[in-house]
Amino acid sequence: MTNSFRVSKANHLRRRLADHAASALAVAATIIVVAPLVAIFVYLLYKGASSLNLDFFTKIPKGPGETGGGMANAIWGSAILLGIGSLLGVPIGIAAGIFLAEYGRGSKLANIVRFTADVLNGVPSIVMGISVYSLIVLPQKHFSAFAGGVALGIMMIPTITRTTEEMLLMVPHAIREAALGLGVPNWRSVLSITLRTASPGVITGCMLAFARVAGETAPLLFTALGNQFWSSSLNEPIAALPLQIYTYAISPYDDWHRLAWAGALVLILLIMVSVSLVRYVTTRGVLKGAN
Amino acid sequence: MPGPFDTPDPVKQTPPALPPGQEPSAIRKFLLSRGSSALADRGFRWLMIGCALSIFAIVALIATELVMRSQLTIAKFGLKFFFGTAWDPVNGDFGALPFIYGTLVSSAVALVIAVPLAVGVSIFITEMCPKFLRGPLSFLTELLAAIPSVVYGLWAIFVLVPLLREHVNPVLMKLFGWSGLFVEPNFGIGMLAAGVILSIMILPVISSLTREVMTSVPHSQREAVLALGATRWEMIRMGVLRNARIGIVGSIILGLGRALGETMAVTMVIGNRPDIVKNLLAPGYSMASVIANEFSEASDDMYLSALIEIGLALFIVTIIVNALARLLVWAVTRGAPARVN
Repeated sequence: MTNSFRVSKANHLRRRLADHAASALAVAATIIVVAPLVAIFVYLLYKGASSLNLDFFTKIPKGPGETGGGMANAIWGSAILLGIGSLLGVPIGIAAGIFLAEYGRGSKLANIVRFTADVLNGVPSIVMGISVYSLIVLPQKHFSAFAGGVALGIMMIPTITRTTEEMLLMVPHAIREAALGLGVPNWRSVLSITLRTASPGVITGCMLAFARVAGETAPLLFTALGNQFWSSSLNEPIAALPLQIYTYAISPYDDWHRLAWAGALVLILLIMVSVSLVRYVTTRGVLKGAN
Repeated sequence: MPGPFDTPDPVKQTPPALPPGQEPSAIRKFLLSRGSSALADRGFRWLMIGCALSIFAIVALIATELVMRSQLTIAKFGLKFFFGTAWDPVNGDFGALPFIYGTLVSSAVALVIAVPLAVGVSIFITEMCPKFLRGPLSFLTELLAAIPSVVYGLWAIFVLVPLLREHVNPVLMKLFGWSGLFVEPNFGIGMLAAGVILSIMILPVISSLTREVMTSVPHSQREAVLALGATRWEMIRMGVLRNARIGIVGSIILGLGRALGETMAVTMVIGNRPDIVKNLLAPGYSMASVIANEFSEASDDMYLSALIEIGLALFIVTIIVNALARLLVWAVTRGAPARVN
């Protein structure tokens, strides 16, 4: 009797030790994960903020080795590329999401589309770059902002499609039935009742997709190519913020490294602001007016 | 904004025939006077289907384009392309093995580092941490996913690589030098640096899915194990991890898929030398980074075709890996009955 009691006490001690060890490891893992994030941000703020000045936003790059200059053309170029990407990606993405949620529920076609959207989401960005290169750049025989925008737009589609679908599925059936019962045409009920109800969630998806492609470099390497000068033409190579950061980061010049840090800070702030906005909107309720 | 009934539809259609000798009712008259939106409805529906199909078309177009443009090397080298070690664009001799090796090794290093950390973080966030920390912590790990690859690369070049070179690598060489994995030369850049930066990048992918899978384990499982007198760790091990393991494997495979295709950060720190060596501190080359570096200087068709074939291989591998991962995660988060054994 006493013997078995002792054994169970030793056992109890061992189990408690294991419990504490596991807790400690989990806490340690969390700290190790948060550490690089903090390190990246602190270093980025420190390096980037000390290099940011008005020139960065107003001047175009200087030649190799010269100090000064800015990334005005790259910021403008990124805006143009993201504009083209959004014009292409947002309508197609939302429409495909509407199809999946409203028309194709459970059908074979919907499953195929859903699967290809997942495949498209997993395509490495560099592969997207060479695909768009051979689809658009090779036939046109020149690099162009248009090709870069198309590459970004294609990359936005799967994220938008899947979030739109998920959000539309959350809209209660009663709302659709109420609209149809009042004699509203189906297309109108989808657009101004269902989609409208789910709009905060759908916008979230669009912002997430936007934030994701805003930092993409690989698909632009062989499509937009980059440009040292100011350009707004869709038919010419155009500069982009991530491309410029890449070129400057692997260059041997100290002043270009400084500009790369400043560019990274601007890029991150752009992305963080949109992601935080998304977070703010989503925590305030995904559905407008439902319930 | 006008209401749905304000404007009568301009397209009037002929009403369906009534049984002979019957007067149309008042409601029917009213409805018929408004016309029909069948045309608009059908058009809208087809527009949506068209957009959905365009996704399918894009993927098909990418696949065919990659296959067509890599015909030259597929015809010349066949399967030998993936087993050859020579990469000699001048003489037209291409073998992709060094790049495949580099991609696999750097991804493996990344998984070895990231998986325990991701599972640890997920356990902490879902099972241990106080409620007020849960939101901010998961937000922080998701922020890691929002940082662009090129910024990771920039940070790796100027912070991580010097850190590894000065402080970490000497220790590794002293402790594990006998294994042959950590020996001179110590440049800082190399497979290990690529693996470390990759591990930071895939961590949010793995941890967010692992978290999702773990929260989908029913509470009754936890309560049952606790009721038997288990400690918290035993509850997590038997009640949560055991039920979630398939999903966790799925999330790890998804992280692998991300690591295989990652381009910019790896290109910036892997060293870009097509060698196959055991030493993790030596520079290597990955499939994605050889495309990024050499695509724009590929002068002749054979060279271009070789690079596009590497892209095709990457495309196929990531499709398989992602499909596998989705299947596993889906099997756990939807409907698969929880098992206790």
